[in-house]
Amino acid sequence: MSTHASRRSLFDRQIVRRASLESVAKLNPRTMMRNPVMFVVEIGCVLTSALLIVNAFGHRGSSRFDLQITLWLWFTVLFANFAEAMAEGRGKAQADALRKAKSETTASLIVNGSIQEVPSSQLHAGDIVRVVAGQMIPGDGEVIEGVASVDESAITGESAPVIREAGGDRSAVTGGTRVLSDIITVRITSNPGETFLDRMIALVEGAERQKTPNEIALNILLAGLTIIFLLAVVTLQPFAVYSGAPQTVFVLISLLVCLIPTTIGGLLSAIGIAGMDRLVQHNVLATSGRAVEAAGDVNTLLLDKTGTITIGNRQASEFIAAPGVSIRDLADAAQLSSLADETPEGRSIVVLAKEQFEFRGRELANLNAEFVPFSATTRMSGIELDGRSIRKGAVDAIAQYLQRHGALPLPPELHQATEKIAKGGGTPLVVAENGRALGVIHLKDVVKGGMRERFDHLRAMGIRTVMITGDNPLTAAAIAREAGVDDFLAEAKPKDKMNFIRREQADGKLVAMTGDGTNDAPALAQADVGVAMNSGTQAAKEAGNMVDLDSNPTKLIEIVAIGKQLLMTRGALTTFSIANDVAKYFAIIPAMFAGVFPVLNALNVMHLHNAESAVLSAVIFNALIIIGLIPLALKGVQYKPMSASSLLRRNLFVYGLGGLVAPFAGIKLIDLAITALRLA
Amino acid sequence: MSLNGWLQILSFMTVVLLLAHPVGNYLVRVFERRSTFLDFVLAPCERLLYRVTGIDPDHEMRWTEYAIAMLIFSAATTVLTYVVERIQHLLPLNPQHLPGVESALALNTAISFTTNTNWQSYVPEATMSYLTQMVGLATHNFWSAAVGMALAIAFIRGIARREAKTLGNFWVDMTRSILWVLLPISICLALLLVSQGVIQNFKAYDTATLLEPQRIVDSSGKIATVTTQTIAQGPVASQEAIKMLGTNGGGFFNANSAHPFENPTPLSNFLEMVAIFLLPASLVVALGRMVGSPKHGWAILAAMIILWFAGTTACYWAESQGNPLLHGVDQRASLIQSGGNMEGKEVRFGIANSALFAAVTTDASCGAVNGMHDSFTPLGGMVPMINILLGETIFGGVGAGLYGMLVFVVLAVFIAGLMVGRTPEYLGKKIEAYDVQMSMLYLLIFPCIILGFAAVSVLMPNLGLSSLSNHGPHGLSEILYAYTSAAGNNGSAFAGLNANTHWYNYSLAVAMFCGRFLMIVPMLAIAGNLAGKKIVPASSGTFPVTTPLFSILLVGVLLIVGALTFFPALSLGPVLEHLLMRSGHVF
Repeated sequence: MSTHASRRSLFDRQIVRRASLESVAKLNPRTMMRNPVMFVVEIGCVLTSALLIVNAFGHRGSSRFDLQITLWLWFTVLFANFAEAMAEGRGKAQADALRKAKSETTASLIVNGSIQEVPSSQLHAGDIVRVVAGQMIPGDGEVIEGVASVDESAITGESAPVIREAGGDRSAVTGGTRVLSDIITVRITSNPGETFLDRMIALVEGAERQKTPNEIALNILLAGLTIIFLLAVVTLQPFAVYSGAPQTVFVLISLLVCLIPTTIGGLLSAIGIAGMDRLVQHNVLATSGRAVEAAGDVNTLLLDKTGTITIGNRQASEFIAAPGVSIRDLADAAQLSSLADETPEGRSIVVLAKEQFEFRGRELANLNAEFVPFSATTRMSGIELDGRSIRKGAVDAIAQYLQRHGALPLPPELHQATEKIAKGGGTPLVVAENGRALGVIHLKDVVKGGMRERFDHLRAMGIRTVMITGDNPLTAAAIAREAGVDDFLAEAKPKDKMNFIRREQADGKLVAMTGDGTNDAPALAQADVGVAMNSGTQAAKEAGNMVDLDSNPTKLIEIVAIGKQLLMTRGALTTFSIANDVAKYFAIIPAMFAGVFPVLNALNVMHLHNAESAVLSAVIFNALIIIGLIPLALKGVQYKPMSASSLLRRNLFVYGLGGLVAPFAGIKLIDLAITALRLA
Repeated sequence: MSLNGWLQILSFMTVVLLLAHPVGNYLVRVFERRSTFLDFVLAPCERLLYRVTGIDPDHEMRWTEYAIAMLIFSAATTVLTYVVERIQHLLPLNPQHLPGVESALALNTAISFTTNTNWQSYVPEATMSYLTQMVGLATHNFWSAAVGMALAIAFIRGIARREAKTLGNFWVDMTRSILWVLLPISICLALLLVSQGVIQNFKAYDTATLLEPQRIVDSSGKIATVTTQTIAQGPVASQEAIKMLGTNGGGFFNANSAHPFENPTPLSNFLEMVAIFLLPASLVVALGRMVGSPKHGWAILAAMIILWFAGTTACYWAESQGNPLLHGVDQRASLIQSGGNMEGKEVRFGIANSALFAAVTTDASCGAVNGMHDSFTPLGGMVPMINILLGETIFGGVGAGLYGMLVFVVLAVFIAGLMVGRTPEYLGKKIEAYDVQMSMLYLLIFPCIILGFAAVSVLMPNLGLSSLSNHGPHGLSEILYAYTSAAGNNGSAFAGLNANTHWYNYSLAVAMFCGRFLMIVPMLAIAGNLAGKKIVPASSGTFPVTTPLFSILLVGVLLIVGALTFFPALSLGPVLEHLLMRSGHVF
């Protein structure tokens, strides 16, 4: 999907055609009322149209000028509708692609041990289904039995299959994805119409679009400005009558439409929809526009060290034996303890032992051993075989383990070795056998390239990055220093993460984080922006307010940038729209009154051809600028990470000063064109 | 324009800024109830006042309670003034035996002084007894300024406090601003003014025999010879000091600060102008201190100075040009004359000090005048009008100017704040829908009053237009100016309009009332709402409110959002008049 989306050009022909039709359908006053600024323009259109008809049958007759004004006022409304329809259209095209994945399938429902074939649309939460290779998974759920490889490309666009298995953090499956091998039993977790795919379609289509808090506030500002300008125009007529220069309704409505902030009013919802759309193109789904706005406001980024800051696999690089222990014995114990350890670290230990001492690969099954898996609370893993009890883990975890078993404490030599490793940014793993420390394995952590620069950018934008790691403080500090993060949370347990977020929020800060495990769920829910990995558990996905389909934790940085870009685009176009008014005044006011008071031509600084062409030019400019700015609204303003002061200076110069100057040039050019075409 | 004129203008602002810093710091001490060097006399007075009135000075008020206390106080004092005016003939200190004031005028005046407008539809020396001037009017000069200061402090607390529900205690803020600020400075200023020749007595009016009898044509067309002149007296200095310091502006005499008993010398003129800007400028410094960002205070002050300087320059330039229709008259400045358009100006002040005074009195919502704005050139007269139309935010009235400016700051932050890629924040407080709603309400009321009433007035020949002494664009300017001055609580006038009619007395009273109290309520609502918010700590991603760029942004928002609304009306008034004057038409 992502590849499709990014290839789709801004003005895809099909989308444009659909949007053109939609923009007429959107003229329905009930739809228009959601947008107070454009609603006022529509009322103006209706008034001028009615007057045009009345005049046509009356003795006065309708002038060409009145007709043109009326037409352009309608265009103003249509262009604004078109902008919104364009933004929605891009989402709809994506939704169509998703709907194909949602084709009706039958599910093998297990009832009291027997299997019934039912349509997938009739599955409810709690139902148990069996899915075999080649079948489509009928709904969102959790694998409760079995392991299977699943093709999730319909959702993620990623063609490589993923493993889904019962228990642990890889148990969530999504409806509409296909099982490629094996058989799994799935407990359905969503009711009809509420599946992930349904939500995704609704989101990209904008069907459930609600105005975000900032959009509501901005709408109030725009509505307020509209009322103020309405007041200025309505009271202008009495002053004009007093001065002996009464105005026609056409001219007054033209002035009103030019003054009220139609540019931002017409593009506001398009900007919001386009922001969500940009997220979708990055393969991120946000559950609400509010989350995207919050992303722009984030003060603190919590980043997991592994996979985000460092390359996931730490490599074992050295065995350091304790005094009186041979390196060979240490390597042997280390390899044994790591045989069942499927993590990249575990595998690298096996490999290192093999390389150094040519231990043959040993099969666990042949050894009659019991594997002790790693857990977040013990922070150790190990093996029990033939009376040997081997453990490996973090220094303090092993130290506690030894203490619990009344064994000797770690020899000072080992302490020195671990500290040396940790200071160098490595991770020391202590290996102990039967209550005796054998030595240390040096795991090397590799920081991803380019991370330092990205953190520097974030810092310039005023965002603090905090690295979360289970490592001990020394190791964490070394990696934090190397990666260039601002702070770190070492030896972090899920609860610590939660407390950290709460502390930051109490200071008024907004926190963003990523997570995938069930134990991340509370923190994901607590964070202002919680991005769940698609590979994660259902609980994590429910708790966060965004899901990254690529399951790439580094993407948090892009999400923040998209949020900021959305807000900046809104601000830039608002500023532009308001600054435009100055030029429009200078076009219309002299045109209104220079007929009676020729001296007022002194205000006609643009030297517009005549009164009619001046008013017409301003109205046409006002309409065309909406069309002209659609690409900007959809793509967002150019965004480079820099400090708020520099951003403000740059944007105020481009959109503030630009907004002041551009319409002078634009209106003059249109006036020249109108005069050349003899339209006025 | 002359070097001498510019030196006086610049030395004025220098003195204001030199005083603003220490006075601003003093205000912080006063309103944070810390010790000051005046406590030894004032603290016992304060305690006594609280004991007598039963006020608990430690009671904190929510914004609603604060607003209600303020409204009750204002209503009660309005009634007091109205009654005093109506029965002044029964009360002492009325040596001229002036009759009770007619009801429409009494109401207009009571509201006018309560709202810190001090619009005067009457000739004070022929209407108000000494007692009315002192008990009915001068007291309001203290009260309305104290109310303004209390409100500004409440707003500042709203910005500075975090996750709080309350804004302080209205009675305490008002009491302290009178005792610690207004009274001591007024006493010093009154003595300085007396040293310059401002009078202070309870005598009946003097009569002087004219050396050269004047022949005048009276209203019935008969020629009469005048041989004597009545010279009004009264307790002027005590009222003059607070009239300037409290940005009230209601003159003891009809001629206001152009009268030699109110403003006799260039030095008294200088002192009066400094007094107008003293508290508004100091309050901005206090804002910076109280919100923990002194630089922010200076950035706002810079925006005010830019607008003050632009207005002063425009007015000084326009008035120095003289009248283009006067031919064969030397209007150039020289050693023996100030040159320029001297109509309606005092020779002892000249062009520079008249233009400066006009700009200062309308920047701040003072409204005292030392020359007649009606007689200014069209562009020179447009400057005071635009100054008021900007919402009385350029320094502005005591307190009112600061909170008015802060509403614009909130709007500027909201409009431009998004451009730094965050939802708008002002000093760590998120600006959300409710704040914008209240700010827009605040912004909306002002043009609604001005344009609404002016539009109705020009449509009604018998009520609105019959009061005009000039027609054409100048007449429109006069009507616009009257409602602008009333809604902005300024009180100065384009004197060509006879405002002492039922229509103008009542409609202007409504304009003054709405221009003050309708705007205060949404303003306090914003303050109350801001107080309850968390403060997001500042970082390099925070919207900068301490930079020169912010000052420029603020000026831009004020001009475009605040004043552009009035562009059509102004173009049919002063702008048209100016252009017509250049082509030989006057009104």
